[in-house]
Amino acid sequence: MSRFSLRGLSPARVWFVLGLIFLYAPMVILIIYSFNSARVVTVWAGFSTKWYGELFSDNQLMSAVWVSLRVAFFTACTAVVLGTMAAFVLVRFRPSRWKTAFSSMVTAPLVMPDVIIGLSLLLLFVAMANTLGWPQDRGMVTIWIAHVTFCSAYAAVVITSRLREMDLSLEEAAMDLGAAPFKTFMTITLPLLTPALAAAWLLSFTLSIDDLVIASFVSGPGATTLPMEVFSSVRMGISPKVNALATLIILVVSLAAFISWLLVRRAEKRRSNDLKALKGTA
Amino acid sequence: MMKIPGRRFVMGIPFAWLLLFFVVPFLIVLKISLSESIVGIPPYKPLLEWADDTLKVVMNFGNFVWLAGDGLYFDAYFNSLKVAAISTLLCLLVGYPMAYAIARAKPSTQPALLLLIMLPSWTSFLIRIYAWIGILKNQGLLNQFLMWLGVIHEPLHILNTNTALYIGVVYAYLPFMVLPLYANLSRHDQSLLEAASDLGARGWKAFFTVTLPLSKAGMIAGAMLVFIPVVGEFVIPELLGGPQSLMIGKVLWNEFFANRDWPVAAALAVVMLALLCLPIAYFNHQQAKELEGEQ
Repeated sequence: MSRFSLRGLSPARVWFVLGLIFLYAPMVILIIYSFNSARVVTVWAGFSTKWYGELFSDNQLMSAVWVSLRVAFFTACTAVVLGTMAAFVLVRFRPSRWKTAFSSMVTAPLVMPDVIIGLSLLLLFVAMANTLGWPQDRGMVTIWIAHVTFCSAYAAVVITSRLREMDLSLEEAAMDLGAAPFKTFMTITLPLLTPALAAAWLLSFTLSIDDLVIASFVSGPGATTLPMEVFSSVRMGISPKVNALATLIILVVSLAAFISWLLVRRAEKRRSNDLKALKGTA
Repeated sequence: MMKIPGRRFVMGIPFAWLLLFFVVPFLIVLKISLSESIVGIPPYKPLLEWADDTLKVVMNFGNFVWLAGDGLYFDAYFNSLKVAAISTLLCLLVGYPMAYAIARAKPSTQPALLLLIMLPSWTSFLIRIYAWIGILKNQGLLNQFLMWLGVIHEPLHILNTNTALYIGVVYAYLPFMVLPLYANLSRHDQSLLEAASDLGARGWKAFFTVTLPLSKAGMIAGAMLVFIPVVGEFVIPELLGGPQSLMIGKVLWNEFFANRDWPVAAALAVVMLALLCLPIAYFNHQQAKELEGEQ
């Protein structure tokens, strides 16, 4: 069994567990200390939930949460639509010069540093305001545009990988049976793509709600997002209120990830059961 | 190949979006980096001037001369590249065994292990970096723990040094290294290892002669995903780094928000982009090939 020598308590496995501890320990510590009654963050002085109360009574923070949620929702919806279109171009279109230009444009935002994206979009908005008179004040709309631009790239990557695995024969069968292309798309392609679309939506949503740098450049005095609010309060010094906020975010994200994992697993199980049933009748 | 209704429509909308909000902004940055800074709204001079019935193009390379003349900017660029290179190496060293462990786990548990790696990066980046402040500061948990163990008697000064910066960067960017490495390692043909084993290469030898060379593409993809964004990183050096960890993202931020010198900020971005041109082009090329399925 020499080629399985890396199974069991192998160095790689031990390292993996250590890596997980490295990734999770800071978050666990944040959660524990969010229930600390002391103002000093690293000294334990007994259990208390008072920081959660203070968190919810902080109107400025709560309105920033609301701005972030709204921007992230609209960003995710738009990014999924644009990302699906881009994925179709990348997977289904014949190679051409336009397509080559297009595919490098789609992937560039994945690695572009945030400061460059933020600065360049702001300068665009300022130039547009000077020549077209729009957008006069920057806020939710400009943040939405900026977020859609980089989130569609991530959405396109997620949807592309699913689209490429997809069996074309189902669509061809539908068309042979007389379904128009658009109907085929709506009744066959889209339902088959749903798990990827959901994953792309969630990814765009979290990327948008998480962005500090780009939003700081393209927003005006009218709109402050949650990361901008948190960043300015962290700069002032660490506050237990932020620990409480972090705990809630971690809780919501883990729950969403767990539910989406369950849904994907259930869909996969159903699909494999269907395949088994098909093989049984054949 | 399925006919898609309105092919032009399907390609045209995302194409137009990216052209308008991704390509055109860079041209504007380039334009503004060549204009003169003034006090006004917007705080720069127009590039084209219409005076005495002649169109004058006023290009001002002064911003670039200014960047070249001040050692501060050179140091910031150099330090950014250095920090990004070291962080990439550290992420590779930490991430490779992790990706390997996932790829060699039971196929049914692989998705769950991958989820465990990805989950932290779904929660707020800013908050995860913030968590390290409480751990690394002088009266922080790490120092308390080490003193309790008796390893040290004086608290170590870690926060606001390069060590803290590297811990933060590796912590935040580790998933971006593990993911492409796992994608590569899980695709390896196991029969190659069996053949190597039959020919006498087992264990570490098989790893270094077969697995490691085969995973080169995954290592490069991971390195790009870490290196390029870290060069422009702003949040981690700002919150964890100290006076020595001057990075270009932070300098650009300060030029823009504190000094309000838009042309110099634009020039800083142009030079940063020029430095990153090759790695970004390389990444794009690889990624485009990957996305189109190597036709």
